[in-house]
Amino acid sequence: MTALAFQRSEKKILKPIEKLVYERPHSLDENHTHYCPGCTHGIAHRLIAEVLDELGLQEKAILVAPVGCAVLAYNYFDVDGAEAAHGRAPAMATGLKRVNPDSVVFTYQGDGDLASIGIAEVIHTAVRGENITVIFINNAIYGMTGGQMAPTTIPGQVTTSSPNGRDTAQTGYPMQIAELLSGLPGTAYSVRRSLHDTRHIIQAKKAIRTAFEAQLQELGFSIVELLSSCPTNWGMTPIKALDWARDNMIPQYPLGDYKVVDELKKKRRNR
Amino acid sequence: MAKGRIVIDVERCKGCELCRDACPQDVLMLSDKFNNKGYRPVFLLEHDNECTGCALCAIACPDACITVYRQVPQRRLHPAQTAV
Amino acid sequence: MAKELLKGNVAIAEAAIRAGCEAYFGYPITPQTEILEHLAKRMPELGRVFLQAESEVAAVNMVYGAACAGARVMTSSSSPGISLMQEGISYIASSEVPAVFVDVMRGGPGLGNIQPTQSDYNQVTKTAGHGDFHPIVLAPATIQEAIDLMALSFDLAEKYRTLVFMALDGAIGQMMEPAELPPMQEVRRERPSWALTGKQGRDHKNIVTSLYLGAEPLTKFNAKLQAKLAEIEANEIRYDELLTDDAQLLITAYGTAARVAQTAVKRLRQENIPVGLFRPITLWPFPTERLGQLAGRVPAFLSVEMNAGQMIHDVREAVGRTVTVDFLGQPGGVIPLPEEIEDKVRQMWLKLEAVA
Ligand SMILES: Cc1ncc(C[n+]2csc(CCOP(=O)(O)OP(=O)(O)O)c2C)c(N)n1
Ligand code: SF4
Ligand code: SF4
Ligand SMILES: [Mg+2]
Repeated sequence: MTALAFQRSEKKILKPIEKLVYERPHSLDENHTHYCPGCTHGIAHRLIAEVLDELGLQEKAILVAPVGCAVLAYNYFDVDGAEAAHGRAPAMATGLKRVNPDSVVFTYQGDGDLASIGIAEVIHTAVRGENITVIFINNAIYGMTGGQMAPTTIPGQVTTSSPNGRDTAQTGYPMQIAELLSGLPGTAYSVRRSLHDTRHIIQAKKAIRTAFEAQLQELGFSIVELLSSCPTNWGMTPIKALDWARDNMIPQYPLGDYKVVDELKKKRRNR
Repeated sequence: MAKGRIVIDVERCKGCELCRDACPQDVLMLSDKFNNKGYRPVFLLEHDNECTGCALCAIACPDACITVYRQVPQRRLHPAQTAV
Repeated sequence: MAKELLKGNVAIAEAAIRAGCEAYFGYPITPQTEILEHLAKRMPELGRVFLQAESEVAAVNMVYGAACAGARVMTSSSSPGISLMQEGISYIASSEVPAVFVDVMRGGPGLGNIQPTQSDYNQVTKTAGHGDFHPIVLAPATIQEAIDLMALSFDLAEKYRTLVFMALDGAIGQMMEPAELPPMQEVRRERPSWALTGKQGRDHKNIVTSLYLGAEPLTKFNAKLQAKLAEIEANEIRYDELLTDDAQLLITAYGTAARVAQTAVKRLRQENIPVGLFRPITLWPFPTERLGQLAGRVPAFLSVEMNAGQMIHDVREAVGRTVTVDFLGQPGGVIPLPEEIEDKVRQMWLKLEAVA
């Protein structure tokens, strides 16, 4: 039964009203994304856009999206945006923010991008306490180039460049980015969340909101690491991929708050 | 239980079924037909009238295809909240 | 304003400030560090942006970011640092955002040395990064010229939304000379329409990208880029001539090599050898046409460079195969002596007379 029919039939007694409870955020562009079906890049985009809407930041936001599956992210957000070279988004964001201190600048980086080729840029951006927000998509793989090993690949995980599973004796161990960056005084906020189910998605959104609030309050560098899926290169259905993320990534990458400066804690209590 | 309704942007949908997996009422199904992108989009099994408007499908959807409405008694609403 | 005694690197830094440079990002490397140090002091005093980056890779991408915001922005470095910046340079070229680079060249390849050379000629004019583009490259020979070209660099960068390099050898960066600085230009606060500022009520978002998926869009973009480069070639060639009117023998040289050559030319003229000096100020676009004209009546050229012979290829292309083009110079950080140039020109002149 449609809502209208429902209203009509019970008009006399209740007059229920239909309320909009969820709509596509305005900070997303109308373009369809090129992401594979069920890829959580899309969820992360949506959450960022929802937060930008809620905080009223669409007119102030500048996105910097480097190479990776999300290189075209500037087509998917309805905010000013730049594409960056592989790993260099935090440096570019630094340049943007320093000359536009009133803008809200955020990068959207994959794990190959941030943890491998761009590790120096992200660390020094945090060292400087740069007032930018980093959304870090950890899907334990190089998605765009077809599924090679990333610094975040789980031990034993099969990728096209670790065909027998990641061998830690040869290639070392996964990088714990949220923990690593939490050790720097310039970091105001460093947390890890997951996108594998709705409960965790809601928590992820709250973290993204806090990260942007940290920037608005000029508290320093903020980063949200999001455990994400790459169904295509993991070779799974989207639903199986989320299960895999829950069962294999969370034990390797414990969810939690690794650094939350006091100013943000107070804010949370007051809410 | 509150009644709800969802509207799916069929052309945007990629048939990934994450919404279906998230739906506690199990009222989402993949269509037999294909959209212009070549995916089988989801649709709401409306005859059961069991959608509660909880919006979990929309929260799970990577492509932001789902708009959610929920029916609430009028008196509980502040006028500004009557979005539709 | 009166002339004062200025060190090259300091003059360049102060000239950038006077030109309204809003932001500087850089990394220390000899022989250009005084630029960074001067700006470290002056920019914050003036409420402008100075940031020492963690590497040249980061510095160039900070420049890229600030350029996307439409700010007057620059960096400075020296040869190995420019090598590291090349990725960003290519992205900036493709994104068509204005940015200014100063390369105070040192000896290469590798870590080389910190002696003055012109060993980056090919790098800055031809291979500044992957893909088809050229930065505008300006080569000052005096500190006054470096000051003047600094302001021009920003104007050209913004006019064409392109990269402008000022390429000088370490000698000009390190020496002192009387020169006059221009009056102070304030930082321009309004941003160009294409700049990333946040939408701020605009009905469309602004995007800066260097990504063109598919052959057709990238072909189209490259055609547009090439058309722009052709326009720069048509409008922006700059050079200087000394005693070229009656010259039978022409030295081509820029920067410090040109200063030495100028001394040699003056002395050789006293011996009645009809030699002149042609000094490109823009290394790209190269003054090909004018050199070609001169080659119509000058039978011999000598390219004097502080490298193994890089500009000589552009000279050869300009003057054609019927004209002799000799080379004098060496890589490694040695400035040629006027006497060496004089000897070489005398030999060439004897040969020319023998033929005639
Ligand atoms: C300098 C450079 N090296 C390599 C590449 C190729 N490349 C593009 S994306 C990518 C990896 C992206 O992986 P990640 O950052 O994890 O993003 P994902 O696609 O997984 O979201 C690589 C290696 C490049 N574009 N530039
Ligand atoms: S390759 Fe992986 S990360 Fe990239 S869009 Fe597809 S599923 Fe997402
Ligand atoms: S989650 Fe979104 S894209 Fe996936 S099937 Fe449901 S509506 Fe379609
Ligand atoms: Mg990845």
